[in-house]
Amino acid sequence: MSKNSLVSISDYSKEEILSILDSAANFEANPNRKTLDGKVIATLFFEPSTRTRLSFETAVIRLGGSIIGFSDAATSSSSKGETLNDTIHMVSCYADAIVMRHPLEGAARYASEVSPVPIINAGDGANQHPSQTLLDMYSILKTQGTLENLNICLVGDLKYGRTVHSLIMAMSYFNPTFKFIAPEELKMPDEYKIFCKKNGIKYTEETELTGNFNDADILYMTRVQRERFQDLMEYERVKNVYTLKKEMLENSKPNLRILHPLPRVTEIDPNVDTSEKAYYFQQAQNGLYIRQAIVSKVLNQQ
Amino acid sequence: MEKKLKVAALRDGTVIDHIPSDKLFKVVQILHLDTCDNQITLANNLESKKIGSKGLVKIADRALEEDETNKIALIAPNAKINIIKDFEVVEKRPLILPEEIREIVQCGNPNCITNHQPVTTRFKVMKNEEELMLKCIYCEREVKRDQAKIR
Repeated sequence: MSKNSLVSISDYSKEEILSILDSAANFEANPNRKTLDGKVIATLFFEPSTRTRLSFETAVIRLGGSIIGFSDAATSSSSKGETLNDTIHMVSCYADAIVMRHPLEGAARYASEVSPVPIINAGDGANQHPSQTLLDMYSILKTQGTLENLNICLVGDLKYGRTVHSLIMAMSYFNPTFKFIAPEELKMPDEYKIFCKKNGIKYTEETELTGNFNDADILYMTRVQRERFQDLMEYERVKNVYTLKKEMLENSKPNLRILHPLPRVTEIDPNVDTSEKAYYFQQAQNGLYIRQAIVSKVLNQQ
Repeated sequence: MEKKLKVAALRDGTVIDHIPSDKLFKVVQILHLDTCDNQITLANNLESKKIGSKGLVKIADRALEEDETNKIALIAPNAKINIIKDFEVVEKRPLILPEEIREIVQCGNPNCITNHQPVTTRFKVMKNEEELMLKCIYCEREVKRDQAKIR
């Protein structure tokens, strides 16, 4: 079992998070290096995720490393019934580290237990996606100049959205104030509210998205998914209520930035894209530097 | 009232008493008594002043280890465990819920890796606002102790 794996954001201390963000800034200044020369990284995507896979693969290639792997379980030996344990053992014979996306929750933790090489979790079902959380934090740090004492407004699917759950955990080190804006059906689960109370984090809850984020530094939007609703009429109503429009930004703070893990559907009106407050595409680009920092850390090649 | 032993006395071994009746066979299961070769006496639906109806297990010539008896803490926290030597109780064993529970609990999340691959389940025992919770080490979902599914 490798100790260097990154499975869950809670595996990293505050210091480790800050050191990753610092390292990402270095990679942003100079993304093309040969520090992974001769290293082979496997990307095992048991479930397709083009964005995350391309981002990890670009990160490795820009550092001079090579990539092996698959982008769909149908083309891998798991379709013949091979256990995850066997696949991981086989791949670890060839690769120095494994980046894995898997549809089952807990798959990454299990892989990290049986693997002799480090595992980087690129998403395990609805559970964890730590590189997304770190790139969100890097985007917050870059746009606000600090992580401390920020007003962060989380909007949309707060019930199933794993990115917002992980973000709450990771930001808990930096004294944030949260506002949760979600429809009744998709409210923040109690366990995260208990977590906030335990850690002395202030939060408020609202059910409508209007201009009610004027004191926010970060507006973190998520996608409201049709399949989460039992009542499709309700979905239609919510979908229209939860659309961020440019005019809602009129009285917002000048330093406000809008984040979104993407893909976006209707929750951000395209006319918001031209606002200087829209940051979601740069946010995706920040993912490259964060993933360079993560791969370098797990391979001790910083 | 007539007071009579319904179960024969034990010379050496382990007695587990005050098991809620509906938990008796769960106890048998998690202690793997179905494959144990020692003499075993089971009794169930006995009258109990404390819990109404109780079950009882006697295992001859075997003193259970602490990590075995602690598994019982999960499903029958108020059971009484006595280790017997020469008809005397030599140890009243307190039940302590271990920090980590392996194998005996099944994760309630149908999308958890442990429900799809040959993985031994592991749960961390945690306290959440005075309530004992089990957290799956793999999928990180939490379940209340009394709602945990025993395999």
